[in-house]
Amino acid sequence: MSTGNMNLTLQVWRQKNKNSTGKLVDYKLSDISPDMSFLEMFDVLNEQLINKGEEPVVFDHDCREGICGMCSMFINGQPHGPKDLVTTCQLHMRSFKDGDTIVVEPWRAKAFPVIKDLAVDRSAFDRVIAAGGFVSVNTGNAQDANNLPIPKAKADAAFEAAACIGCGACVATCKNASAMLFVSAKISQLALLPQGQPERYRRVQSMVAQMDEEGFGNCTNTGACEAECPKGISLENIARMNRDYFSAKFISEEEV
Amino acid sequence: MSSLSKAFTSSIGRKFVMGLTGLFLISFLIVHVSINALIFLNDGGETFNVAADFMGHNIVIRIMEVGLFAGIILHIVQAITLTAQNNAARPQKYAYNKASANSKWYSRSMGLLGTLILMFLILHLYHFWWPTKVAVYTHQEHNTFQNIVMIFQELWVVVIYVLGVISLGYHLLHGFQSSFQTMGWNHKKWTPVVKTIGVWFSIIVPIIFALMPISIYLGWIS
Repeated sequence: MSTGNMNLTLQVWRQKNKNSTGKLVDYKLSDISPDMSFLEMFDVLNEQLINKGEEPVVFDHDCREGICGMCSMFINGQPHGPKDLVTTCQLHMRSFKDGDTIVVEPWRAKAFPVIKDLAVDRSAFDRVIAAGGFVSVNTGNAQDANNLPIPKAKADAAFEAAACIGCGACVATCKNASAMLFVSAKISQLALLPQGQPERYRRVQSMVAQMDEEGFGNCTNTGACEAECPKGISLENIARMNRDYFSAKFISEEEV
Repeated sequence: MSSLSKAFTSSIGRKFVMGLTGLFLISFLIVHVSINALIFLNDGGETFNVAADFMGHNIVIRIMEVGLFAGIILHIVQAITLTAQNNAARPQKYAYNKASANSKWYSRSMGLLGTLILMFLILHLYHFWWPTKVAVYTHQEHNTFQNIVMIFQELWVVVIYVLGVISLGYHLLHGFQSSFQTMGWNHKKWTPVVKTIGVWFSIIVPIIFALMPISIYLGWIS
């Protein structure tokens, strides 16, 4: 295992608060181990800044296992950096070369305002979920697991949609800052299962309305979201959401 | 606003109109390229002129022509609205965005390609649609084939037409399969078929169109 042999130049977006205008600031880092995660490299930077009496860089992180969806960071023009199917915490410095300059920016979307530095407010996603991304169930004993037969293929597709961790990389990379990959995954994980059927057409209308309300853009099917999604959420979900939306609006008589 | 009208002004609703009008315009291209390909019979435009006269005078076709213009206008209006919304969705741009890593340039340039096609279309209508209309309403004889041969004598016209159909080709390369996806027609078995047909359609149709001004300019057809 090699340790501490990379010298890097970081260009990091520094922004004091929501209302101030930020700018890219250069930082030199030396003796970075290729085995560090990208966030650990930021920990090193922040320790240096604290020791110098400067403000550390604010960035979101939580589990550092690639499953919570907190870490964001737009690294060298791509959300979660250059590697496929990873979050920023699972990106390692060996994916970069000694002497590289790395540009790090926050997610950029009107619906994701910057809180400070690299941290953005993603509560727009929470409001979309609250609009309908749930199933209403009666309290009481849980039913027998095999009560509702579910074909394997459907269960798998629902599970794949449910893998979405809500990190917002789809919005960040989309040229239109569209949230359709996220919203369609959250709709699909329920629409594919029997438990999601009673509220299926109400759900799609409410969640799409909330998505529009939040100011996300419109999908132009470039496929950038699918390519950058750390969980490999498929564009098939967007097509399913559109189908359900048309059924809800043009066929179903249920108003929302 | 009623639920139904909301269906057309929501993000997905506008995309629905985009996709539907796109597919409609694709169906028009099939008719257009088929009829115009009659000039390749190289019979002095005899067969072609019969078809062109039919298209210019038949009442059903003329009503459909109104629908065609409505389709084009709806497609453009929705595109402008959607683009304005999309630009507003990201007020602050990235300093460094490596979009080429995750999407094709033409899928990100549909607005630019569409604008080029529109500019070409205006010239195209002035060249061919307008004289036909004038002839119909002034009850004059109009030799469409002669008009084509006359217009394609200029090199700059030929170059603009070729550039116009190249723009169309790239617009279709994304638009063909994209419209199916927007309509919700994504299917494990059928989507690969749609994508393959889309690619061939986007290559073959513009090539046939481009060959028309080229062949006339080079005197292969007269």
